[in-house]
Amino acid sequence: MTTRLFGAPVPRSEDARLLTGGGRYLDDLGHDAAAVAFVRSPHAHARIVDVDVTDALDVEGLLAVYTYEDLEGALAEPLPLLIPHPSIVAGRTAHALASGVVHHVGEPVVMVVASDRYVAEDVCDRIRVEYDVLPAVVGVRNARDATHLAHADVPGNVAAHLVQEVGDARAAIDAAPHVLELELDIERSACTPLEGRGVYARWDADESRLRLWSSTQTTTGVRAAVAAKLELPLSAVDCTAPDVGGGFGVKIMHPWPEEVLVPWAARRLDRELKWTEDRREHFVSSAHERAQVQQVRVGFDDAGRLLGLDVRFWHDNGAYLPYGVIVPIITSTQLLGPYKPGAYRVEFDSLYTNTVIVTPYRGAGRPQGVFAMERTMDAIADHLGRDRVAVREANFIGPDEMPYDQQMTFQDGRPLVYDSGDFPATMAKLKDLVGWDEFAAYREQARAEGRRVGIGVACYVEGTGVGPYEGGHVQVETSGKVVVATGLTTQGQGHETVFAQIVADELGVPFEDVTVTTGDTRRMPYSVGTFASRAAVMSGNAVGLAARNVRTKALRIAGDALEADPQDLEIVDGQVRVKGNPSVGLPLSTVAVLSNPLRYAFDKASQAATQFVVGDPDSPPVAEDDEPGLEGRDFYSPPQSTYANGMHAVVVETDPETAEIRILRYCVVHDCGNVVNPMIVEGQIHGGVAQGVGGALYERMAYDEDGQLLNASFMDFLMPYATEVPATVEIDHLETPSPLNPLGIKGAGEAGVIPGAAAFASAIEDAEGFRISAMPISPSELFALRARFAAGDIPAVRTAPRPEGTS
Amino acid sequence: MKPAPFTLHSPSTLDETLEVLEELGDDAKVLAGGQSLIPMLNMRLAAPAHLVDVNGVRELATVSASASGVRVGALARHTQVLRDAGAAAAVPLLPQALSLVAHPVVRNRGTTVGSLVHADPSGEMTAVLALLGGSLELRSRTRTRTVGADAFFLGPLEADLQPGELAVSATFPALPPRSGTAFREVARRHGDYAVCGVAAAVTLDAAGRVERAAVSYISMTPTPVVVDATDAVSGRLWDAADWAAAARSCGDAVDPEPDLHASAAYRRHLGTVLTRQALSEAAAHARTATDAPLETAGGAA
Ligand SMILES: Cc1cc2nc3c(=O)[nH]c(=O)nc-3n(C[C@H](O)[C@H](O)[C@H](O)COP(=O)(O)OP(=O)(O)OC[C@H]3O[C@@H](n4cnc5c(N)ncnc54)[C@H](O)[C@@H]3O)c2cc1C
Repeated sequence: MTTRLFGAPVPRSEDARLLTGGGRYLDDLGHDAAAVAFVRSPHAHARIVDVDVTDALDVEGLLAVYTYEDLEGALAEPLPLLIPHPSIVAGRTAHALASGVVHHVGEPVVMVVASDRYVAEDVCDRIRVEYDVLPAVVGVRNARDATHLAHADVPGNVAAHLVQEVGDARAAIDAAPHVLELELDIERSACTPLEGRGVYARWDADESRLRLWSSTQTTTGVRAAVAAKLELPLSAVDCTAPDVGGGFGVKIMHPWPEEVLVPWAARRLDRELKWTEDRREHFVSSAHERAQVQQVRVGFDDAGRLLGLDVRFWHDNGAYLPYGVIVPIITSTQLLGPYKPGAYRVEFDSLYTNTVIVTPYRGAGRPQGVFAMERTMDAIADHLGRDRVAVREANFIGPDEMPYDQQMTFQDGRPLVYDSGDFPATMAKLKDLVGWDEFAAYREQARAEGRRVGIGVACYVEGTGVGPYEGGHVQVETSGKVVVATGLTTQGQGHETVFAQIVADELGVPFEDVTVTTGDTRRMPYSVGTFASRAAVMSGNAVGLAARNVRTKALRIAGDALEADPQDLEIVDGQVRVKGNPSVGLPLSTVAVLSNPLRYAFDKASQAATQFVVGDPDSPPVAEDDEPGLEGRDFYSPPQSTYANGMHAVVVETDPETAEIRILRYCVVHDCGNVVNPMIVEGQIHGGVAQGVGGALYERMAYDEDGQLLNASFMDFLMPYATEVPATVEIDHLETPSPLNPLGIKGAGEAGVIPGAAAFASAIEDAEGFRISAMPISPSELFALRARFAAGDIPAVRTAPRPEGTS
Repeated sequence: MKPAPFTLHSPSTLDETLEVLEELGDDAKVLAGGQSLIPMLNMRLAAPAHLVDVNGVRELATVSASASGVRVGALARHTQVLRDAGAAAAVPLLPQALSLVAHPVVRNRGTTVGSLVHADPSGEMTAVLALLGGSLELRSRTRTRTVGADAFFLGPLEADLQPGELAVSATFPALPPRSGTAFREVARRHGDYAVCGVAAAVTLDAAGRVERAAVSYISMTPTPVVVDATDAVSGRLWDAADWAAAARSCGDAVDPEPDLHASAAYRRHLGTVLTRQALSEAAAHARTATDAPLETAGGAA
């Protein structure tokens, strides 16, 4: 047997290209394309009174200026509400260009096409838009108070309202021996990929075809949306994602206004057009996430076991709701983590504000849910004087209880049933890794030296690999090389490597002979996209199934040629051969030639194949249930999501004088089922942890009361540098295979970020000895909390459990 | 984020530069390292009709150090100054502060004189120039003037530079013997502009007693002010002086503003903490400097 690649830390095949500048990102394409720029609203909420372009018309290089009035047909209608849900009471989406009223700073109002981006921006500068400014709604609490309305016709600013309940939570809490209440806050953050969005369109007037490139996480989605908006047959639109410099969720949202406007104008002007988003545009027009206000009421017993949990939260969905209520639904369901909540009731309002829209950002509502649950666990431990880990362990679902039905409905509309996992084992590994039991002594010693150190822990369960499906196409060419296509896109995660590992194993060919194409609708027109930690689960299984089909076919043809039973054949290193008699066989390249009855001898492989005879001379050359070619296509469609889990521990030191927060250690135990490539999984965790650090200690969207984003640049939006994230993330894996898919894998893409804010809150609380209930936290805020604590305004927490049995 | 149209001028000598600047007057901006100017152009916060790029004027790329101080030419990059051994020996505060300016890639292009002309109250070099009582040499085609730090900085991002003038150099005087310096700051991220920063200088007498102690701040005052902290520690032995009291005595001299990253109260608190730390570190260096003649006897200068 060839060495199995599945599970091996195979170096990433995309790295040489990406690290030596060989990547082709959106702005690397279309060098001669004309440029698009937008006049965007400077106001959070305003009526457009007049657009005056007079001053702009004599700028040399100007090609076109469009406003809403120029849009026609489907393009003039509001953009789609992608994912409807019964909880949505007032779904509002934007127009491709603002029509009448703008609802957030950054909303596109005028589209400008010019010879290059410099000229386009000169034109934008000279266009005068007159606004009648309306009161703006900014922040969750203002939206909830509804003194002003973000949309004049949406009462209470409520976009959606949902209650899910399992058992009678309120009665269970009232009857519980202990009850606690918490009010929690999480602020806005955003994906902020290094490469912003971008669209490049080429209209071929001769063929009436549109060729489209977008820096997107879903080319099939963009293709279908553009075809619909431009009223073109789907077959006349091709969409490709070139190399994509990060997405983290913001590029799964589609169609963005620019994605429909750029191809529309390209066709209208019969010119290649390109729009490359700049950083300032990204901050004010691409999606954000995270902001919630949460109220938790919990009842529990003396051991800290949950008896009833009642969570009420308010979610800021920004100015429009194009992506529906996926984020708050995930918060409300994934909040449960690895625990049995007793009776559970959750109710949320998703609220409009006059700020940038909110759509999933890596973690997608889970960091907020985990924050609520893990803050609750720590509060219970503090209340009872018990060890924080012991309280968590008391609430874990046991491995013998799997599959475990939380009796809720998950974001995919399927039941929230955990397929597998061993939470106590995960926690045992984490305690070992971080040295949980020894920490108290370390903390005491540090205190004696005048230092403040604290440890925090947080657990999560993550529904990954949501359906409905992904497809794989695998073809062996007559050269023996294997080309693989899957429709979902890549942003550099390592898809080219892991899908090749799976196919190489399945087919028995060298890894180097496999090339993977992602996100090109010409190669695989059926696909959903890259999000929800689904690529490995969905496309991994799909390409695996497709490769299996190819293998079956190859063995059948080779069996015919070798006059052997296919069952007695194996494929090793690209050679089909008789088991136990490796000298009898033929290369896959020859099988590929034989698979196609059209036998012009173009190359050596074709000539070599002439020595073999396949097929029945009395039957048609292509049998009724067969196709020419050594290729296979298959789809993987799961019954429900598969649930990964993990637990993080972080050790921090807070400076007693400057209130700076330093990370001393960051430990992760992670269970994503069978690991295809541990190096890539660890890379995903590192990146996620970095974003978790950002969300906990650095990043926020600083809106003022008028809805102006005050930190719309990397100077003031503090994405952590390499110097701010831990130099080492200590990782241990647990592999509990998923019973739901052939490869037994679960998603790993979002894991690293999910428990970040919760773990840091826990650790800072432990270092400081007072309650932390809002994240992120800056040194300035920690300093203010210290003053409030000293003044008796916030409660103390115990930083060491009482010895057991003394409560 | 593309700049408005401008005409680029690329003189290669100082004389040529001064001629172009005189001709263009108010319409021109000097382009040095571009680390502050280019972002402002790209965000269209500035839109000068002409840019005079001085990067080709090699005669300005000088750092000269002597016992009396360091003179930095207009085209000397932060990195060049930071790595200059003579400058470090004469004015140790230069490398102490420059290592806190941004990151290596920014320091490789950004100029020290440019950062002074830019007059950002968060720029480390403004406080250094002020604390050392340094000056800038400003030259136009028709005149040359030398302006001290106390007069040069007029307000945030505002310096006493007239149309037609080029800042040709900055001079950082050396402190008297038995002096030590330190620079302490807190920044949100490594290399960011600081939330609060303090430059400190302490001079001791031959017996190791404090003769003079002074500090200057960044991100705390609209222009760099020098605060004398001598009173609280005068005559005390360097390691027995009450540096905390000295730091507290400086508190009244600053009235910081809040911003996105720090409240005024936190800034004020940091000011006191960092002043104490910087002063006591400076005193320790001064103590070492007191021993220096003995230790370096016969060695290199
Ligand atoms: C990411 C980043 C982080 C930074 N962090 C810091 C930091 O922590 N601390 C800090 O101090 N600085 C920081 N800077 C700024 C950096 O130090 C710049 O180098 C400096 O502010 C300006 O120098 P420059 O040569 O780039 O000037 P330019 O950007 O070229 O010019 C700045 C201004 O000065 C004028 N000017 C420049 N030279 C002359 C001259 N000789 N005569 C007349 N006018 C002149 C220009 O016309 C312009 O108005 C940072 C910059 C960046 C991009």
